[in-house]
Amino acid sequence: MAWDSGLRRLMMIYLPLGCFVLILLFPFYWMAITSFKPNAELLNYKEHNPFWISSPTIAHIKHLLFDTSYPRWLWTTMTVAIGSTTLSLIASTLAAYAIERLRFRGSPYVGLGIYLAYLVPPSILFIPLATVIVQFGLFDSPLALILVYPTFLVPFCTWLLIGYFKSIPYELEECALVDGATRLQILRRITLPLAVPGLISAGIFSFTLSWNEFIYALAFIQSGANKTVPVAILTELVTGDVYQWGALMAGSLLGSLPVAVFYSLFVDYYVSSLTGAVKE
Amino acid sequence: MSVTTLSSQALAQRQPSWLVRLFDYKPFLIVMCLAPAIGLLAVFLTYPLGLGIWLAFTDTTIGRRGVFVGFENFQYLLTDPLWWNAVFYSVVYTGIATFGKFALGFWLALLLNNHFPFKSILRAIILLPWIVPTVLSALAFWWIYDPQFSIISYLLVDVLHWRSTNVDFLGSAWPARFSLIAANIWRGIPFVAISLLAGLQTISPSLYEAAMLDGASAWQRFRYITFPMMMPILAIVMTFSIIFTFTDFQLVYAITRGGPVNSTHLLATLAFQRGIAGGELGEGAAIAVSMIPFLIFATLFSYFGLARRKWQQGESND
Repeated sequence: MAWDSGLRRLMMIYLPLGCFVLILLFPFYWMAITSFKPNAELLNYKEHNPFWISSPTIAHIKHLLFDTSYPRWLWTTMTVAIGSTTLSLIASTLAAYAIERLRFRGSPYVGLGIYLAYLVPPSILFIPLATVIVQFGLFDSPLALILVYPTFLVPFCTWLLIGYFKSIPYELEECALVDGATRLQILRRITLPLAVPGLISAGIFSFTLSWNEFIYALAFIQSGANKTVPVAILTELVTGDVYQWGALMAGSLLGSLPVAVFYSLFVDYYVSSLTGAVKE
Repeated sequence: MSVTTLSSQALAQRQPSWLVRLFDYKPFLIVMCLAPAIGLLAVFLTYPLGLGIWLAFTDTTIGRRGVFVGFENFQYLLTDPLWWNAVFYSVVYTGIATFGKFALGFWLALLLNNHFPFKSILRAIILLPWIVPTVLSALAFWWIYDPQFSIISYLLVDVLHWRSTNVDFLGSAWPARFSLIAANIWRGIPFVAISLLAGLQTISPSLYEAAMLDGASAWQRFRYITFPMMMPILAIVMTFSIIFTFTDFQLVYAITRGGPVNSTHLLATLAFQRGIAGGELGEGAAIAVSMIPFLIFATLFSYFGLARRKWQQGESND
């Protein structure tokens, strides 16, 4: 009986789970292994086992770091991600505080309005936004991305932070009000310190979302040096008919690492706020 | 509490300046707090949305201000086989990919809802496809789908001997279409699974115990407890998923750029090709705007189609 249920568990749970993990992770494995394969092994499956590397090389990564503008692209992406995350965090913390704590007539509607903004997809906006960016004289400038990314970060962060502010007992603020603290003091000294976990998860989401963004960066940035990693790899590294798979995969691997590292540092916040946000 | 007492003592000694008092005036503070968020959204979201709809009714090109042409752009699109093709593929892409993501994601969520060791680590690594920038994983898929050196072809031809020739994944219309859908499903599974897992964990175990006592089978427990209880959350997650799958851009742009022979254009990639790359801003905007009716329809369909079940059950199950 025990053997039977153990076998059943193996077949019904562990086997399918194993398949899922294998399929979900395989492209990353393939990306990683290609990054370190010499070109001869890369295109010869007859003499080399494609799933393994016989003589690993860092030539692709070297090429990427020294012969292309890759470090510059990484730097631009980092700047844009940090800039837009900071901007969105400030804007959405204040907005969430006003909506949830300074309750006023119509505050639920303002909240709903900001939330609905999240449902407007970038692929509808990028053409008119491009003309707006040109009008503002920001075309080809990373500043344009820092200003535009909050359009999808602010709705998400505001929504997340409203939930966090809700979980902080209102009595704490009332006591401070009775003691004569101003509302700004309350925000700075009581509400914000208590909302730190919420701010961290909003920050991680914003950072990964702006690191991933593609269509705006593709449409608004023209010159090679100002591109972000995802756009640059696709438009600058893909040249001609013979694709340099080693360099391409090394670029993808290096471009994925910052988000993956950042994510793994805060994975618990990430998963719990994702599940929390859905439960709301 | 000691913090608040301290700060209040400090306050009493200091006469607040007019600036502090202004910021303590609630209506002013509300306006100041909302200003950055509303300002950003108004300038970079609401205004462009309006402008986009206006552009769709003009013949603007890059470098030339257009004039109002009424429905001309849309009339042209209706006669354009490429637009019809993009509509067709957008619907197929969204339909099959959403079905796949939800079927597999739900299954994965049910698996993860069991007890076993290393559960949290497993959850963390399963989310990776969703964290890593789509374009970068799309490039990995592009390499996996390589006509000559595809690892899938290698497995099918040289290892398993199921086929005698390599599969040309991206070389002709239908294989390319399905290859993109597979990549999209791969990317979407983690998000669906983790969201649905959150929903599964809110279902009270006592419901299952009661059903077990009544002798319900595993399938019956799924059909009459799990599935109906998951409807509200399914409705929300599916609405999101449909919107973002229908308006997807990155995967197609990175892997096929709409080819071969324009067979894999989604409305978003077609809008980019005509509007930005081709310079026909008005026409591109019209293609983008033509997504809106589909989006509204899909949203209403998924939201009300699934959420309806909630009130059909009455309150007894809450």
